[in-house]
Parts: sequence; C-alpha cells; structure tokens
Amino acid sequence: MTAEKMALAKAINESLRTALDADPKVLIMGEDVGKLGGVFRVTDGLQKDFGEERVIDTPLAESGIVGTAIGLALRGYRPVVEIQFDGFVFPAYDQIVTQLAKMHARALGKIKLPVVIRIPYGGGIGAVEHHSESPEALFAHVAGLKVVSPSNASDAYWMMQQAIQSDDPVIFFEPKRRYWDKSEVNREAIPGPLHKARVVREGSDLTLAAYGPMVKVCQEVASAAQEEGKSLEVVDLRSMSPIDFDSIQASVEKTRRLVVVHEAPVFLGTGAEIAARITERCFYHLEAPVLRVGGYHAPYPPARLEEEYLPGLDRVLDAVDRSLAY
Amino acid sequence: MTVESTAARKPRRSAGTKRTAAKKPPGAQPELVQLLTPEGKRVKNGEYDAYVADITPEELRGLYRDMVLTRRFDAEATSLQRQGELGLWASLLGQEAAQIGSGRATREDDYVFPTYREHGVAWCRGVDPTNLLGMFRGVNNGGWDPNSNNFHLYTIVIGSQTLHATGYAMGVAKDGADSAVIAYFGDGASSQGDVAESFTFSAVYNAPVVFFCQNNQWAISEPTERQSRVPLYQRAQGYGFPGVRVDGNDVLACLAVTKWALERARRGEGPTLVEAYTYRMGAHTTSDDPTKYRADEEREAWEAKDPIQRLRTYLEASNHADEGFFAELEAESEALGRRVREAVRAMPDPDHFAIFENVYADGHALVDEERAQFAAYQASFADEGEGK
Repeated sequence: MTAEKMALAKAINESLRTALDADPKVLIMGEDVGKLGGVFRVTDGLQKDFGEERVIDTPLAESGIVGTAIGLALRGYRPVVEIQFDGFVFPAYDQIVTQLAKMHARALGKIKLPVVIRIPYGGGIGAVEHHSESPEALFAHVAGLKVVSPSNASDAYWMMQQAIQSDDPVIFFEPKRRYWDKSEVNREAIPGPLHKARVVREGSDLTLAAYGPMVKVCQEVASAAQEEGKSLEVVDLRSMSPIDFDSIQASVEKTRRLVVVHEAPVFLGTGAEIAARITERCFYHLEAPVLRVGGYHAPYPPARLEEEYLPGLDRVLDAVDRSLAY
Repeated sequence: MTVESTAARKPRRSAGTKRTAAKKPPGAQPELVQLLTPEGKRVKNGEYDAYVADITPEELRGLYRDMVLTRRFDAEATSLQRQGELGLWASLLGQEAAQIGSGRATREDDYVFPTYREHGVAWCRGVDPTNLLGMFRGVNNGGWDPNSNNFHLYTIVIGSQTLHATGYAMGVAKDGADSAVIAYFGDGASSQGDVAESFTFSAVYNAPVVFFCQNNQWAISEPTERQSRVPLYQRAQGYGFPGVRVDGNDVLACLAVTKWALERARRGEGPTLVEAYTYRMGAHTTSDDPTKYRADEEREAWEAKDPIQRLRTYLEASNHADEGFFAELEAESEALGRRVREAVRAMPDPDHFAIFENVYADGHALVDEERAQFAAYQASFADEGEGK
C-alpha cells in the first residue's frame, strides 16, 4: 500500500483500528467512544467492529476511567483512554499524577503501565469554556509520564502506534482544530522514533519550535517571512516529554535565534523550559534571547476573543522581528 | 443483615436457607454478622455458617496463629519506629480478625489491593513482613513485586486503589477467569470520590470485586459520623449490589462473609460491599495522638471485644488447642519479632542512583541526562577526598 491522504482524526481512527487488530489486549475506553464514535468521531466504527468488550463506553467519571484503566493495565491490558476535552481531564489528574506516573517506580520496575490517555486539546474552534485548553505542561512536569502531540495525519497514525506499544504511560494530546486537516499517511514506513523532533522546513536565520496545532501556523509564518527575505527553520517538537533538545540545539547552532510557539500560557510553559535549556546549551551561539509566543496568564477567553489570545501569524512574526532586531 | 439490590440474587446452593429482607425501623442499630461472641461463644448463623462449616481445629489454630504473629509483628514495627529505625508506622492493632479472616478467605489466584495498613492481609498472602517495612524506613516507596503474591503495593492516597481493583476485576472478567479481586479501604475512604466511582464502575460492568471496608471508627481524628449519615454497608444498596456488616473483631465471621462475597464474584454475580465493624486500638500512625480526640473509655469498651482473646477462649473451651500450642506460638512470636528487628536494622540505605531507576520502563532522555550530571557531581567529591 502506498501513501494515502487522510484527515488527522481519521489517521488516529485507523491507527486505533490497526492496534485493536494486532493485539487483543488493546482496549478503547471513554465517554461516548462506542456507538457515537466519540464527540469528534475519532473512534467511529470501532465498537461496531471490535465489540463492546474492547471499545468500552464508560460512566461519566474521568477519575474512574483512568483508575480502572490502571487496573486493567495491571491485569495485562493496554487501555487507550479518551478524555473528551482538555478541560475535563482534571478529575483524573490525581490518578494520572499520583498513581499512573509513579507505580512502575514504586514497584521497582516489576510492573508496567502501558496506558495511553488521548486528550483533544487546544482552541481555535469557537468552543465554550473548558473546551479549548492546552494543559500539556501540567503533565510534562510529572516524572513517569510521557507527553506527545502530533501535528499532521502521518504522525498521528504512527505516534499513536508507538504510544500504544510503549510500556510507559503516554499522554497523547490531539490538536483538535487540525482533526480535519488532510495529509499523506504511509502505513508501511515508520517516520522515526516517538520522541524525536523533526525539522519540517529548513532555514538559516531563525528557528521556530512548535508542536501540535502551532506547527502549521509556524510554517505559514516561515512562508510569509520568506517573502520578506528571511529564512526560518521550523522544528516540529512532537514530544513534550522527553523534549528532543539535541535537535533544537542543532538547529539553533545553525540559525543562532529561537522562538518557541505554543497555545498554552507562556508562564512556566514548555517554552520556558526550552528557553532555559537552550540558553545553557547554546549560550555562545545565541544572537538573541530565546523568545516565546503563547497564551496569556488568564483563563482561556470566550470564543469571540480567542483570536486575540491564540498565537497567530502576526504575533509570531512580531516575535521573529524582535529576535532578528537584536 | 444484608441489603439486597433490586436485581434478583441467584439462590446459593451451599447455604440452602432462604432469607427474607427484614425491614428495620429507622434509627435502629444495624445487625452484625457474628459467629463468635466477644465471650468466645460460637453462635449459629443460618446465612453464613455454611462458609466455615468444614473448618478444622487445625485451621482454627492457624487463624489464631496468624492473628498473634501479625500483632507481634505490628508491635515490633511500632517499637522500631520508637527506636528511630522506621520513620513512621501505621499500626493495625485491633483489626487482626478483619484482616486475617478476609485474607484467609482469598484464593491464590485472587488479587488484593490494600491500603497502607493491611499487614495482616499481606501476611496471609505470603508477603514477607520485612518487605512491608522498606517504605516506612524510607528505603523504597513500595518495593515488592505485586504479582509474586497477587498483593498490590500499599496505596497511601486514600481510596485510589478501589478503582485499580475494579479495573483489574474488569480484566479478570474479560479473561473469563473465575478469580476474584478484593479492595481494602477504611471508613474515611468511604467519602472519597474514587470509592464512589469504583462502586459505579464495578456495578455497571458487574466486576468480580469485593469491597472490604474496615470501619475502625476513626479516620485519624474524625469519627465515622463525620463520613456518613447511614451505616456504611448500606451505601451498596444505592449502587445495586449487596452490602453486609460483619463483626470485624470476629475472625470466623470475617472469613465466612468474605468467602461468601468472593464466591458471588466468582459466579459472576458482581461486586459486594463488606463493612467490617472494628476498632483502631492504637493511633492512626506513630505520629498521631488519639488522646486529643477520643476517650479512654471507648478504647476500654473495645478491649473487651478483642479479636485474639475471643478465639483463644473458644479454642480452649472446645479443647482445640492445648498449653503446648500456646507456648510454642509464644516462642514463634518472639522469634518473628527478633527476625524483623534484625532485618530492619540490617536493611541497607539504597544506592544514590536509585533515584533515577525505574522512573520509566522504556527510558527517558532527561532522566539519563540528569543521572549523568548527578554522577559527575558525586565524582567531583570523590576527587577532592582523594586529593587530600
């Protein structure tokens, strides 16, 4: 089979289907994941084909979903849990942080917790409160968890395969506003390791580092900057824990400038960690301080204001100009 | 008495008696399943006698031995804390019957999810008692292989393990196995959302799990009345599965009721809530001071219901045990205390690099990087020392 074009949501659906087919221990759990196929239809048709024992509609209790997924993992299953929206994950936060993340270490490695927690995240779809948040830093901060986010259909397919095969808990953030974006998926060639970043556009003047929904924005920024004669490199981080600092470093040693972009609030966010680490690693290469573009230290605003809150083309270009002005 | 769900319960072949759900007037004291009175008299119970009908004198002596040795181990651990060998200890004093009775009801292939006070259950599952002390000494955060004895790690955050037990039980059912799962928790935990969610999940998926609540009357300083307006076992009714209150200081009753509940689970009849009505004779932990919140008289009243003494009275009265047995057990007890003491004192501090071990199963670049930095930092001290 050669590459085929599909939407990001469909790629995840296909990846889940592949995993359910390949391993009878893989389970899908979540609210409305069965007949409805999830509110974004990511699990569409899976219950019909794999049955209610493997694609499980759960009671509306996020802590219960993750807590029972932990128990199923202890029994040898590999649950893939759906949290319906980013802002609904917090009832499960205790189970994720206190139990899921630490259990392997507490058992001195004797037990494994292969649980994937899928979370549609981010804004840009005009949703109501609690449906547009980007809480990835709250999970990346916790040892024992791995945190990833694909930006395109191919990565969505393959990173989901790799997350399910991982013996560690993986928080899988799905860029919900990119669910319907189509791109090529080649189901025969693994694009690379799960936690490796990828240079998606080469450039020489400045590096833009982003992940999930912001990769597309950064590519548009690079195109716009190109017209002004500026050559920007775009790095798709793909993984927020671990972060592939080697790839960022290699890019920054070439371009000498770095702007990190994410939807999540800038304060104590992924960009803050990258700025600190890259400053340590590339102190003598940098021509400008590492800049960050992201959300503000305010609750995610009502939908009519989200364009002002989310980093868009102009705000990223502004940061690019500021960096280049040093 | 048990509270029945509206769903029909299949008749039990072994007991053969049909029970009618008795209506109690509001405010009446709930009945307690009791097979052995505090005075050591065996009383008949049409519902649960069948589950201990074939118990031999040797098995009765075994239950007694388990309780005595568990209490001795527990006392040794308390002393070790007082001597500075342990950072903390959570004593099970007074709860031996609840733990040994329920623990001995489990089968080898059953799976146990404990809190941090289930030393007696751990004993029944064959976990070496010295393994339990690692986390209280501060050399690890758990430390045993849960799958060696189907005994999960101690869970400190209150109630979280009831969901793990439920999920595990869902897996057992998916596998088509006839094992059962038992989740331990306390009266305080009954207020936790996770416990409520575990009741919901286990009920709707009909999971083979027994919820074994040791109501020891106190959640640190808060009495059970601060957790619930109704007797805890009655909570089960709202979720659609049976709940039963058992005398938690009666090892026979705890054994019988837990066996009944585990067999229900094995037969595919779903979850059961067992409330073992008992008393925490000691402090919550060695850091606690119960004199600030409860009266001596209450403890004294419970002393008269001591789980070990009542079985001893019964064993002696029925000529199931002689002086030789008790003397031998005394010696075994002292030997256990000595072994535990020596094992704890000999327990080495962990290697410094243990900080970075088993954080992930598949590794993590940041952990590797920080381990290397830590190694370099430590090595810098070694160089200084050798230079002088």
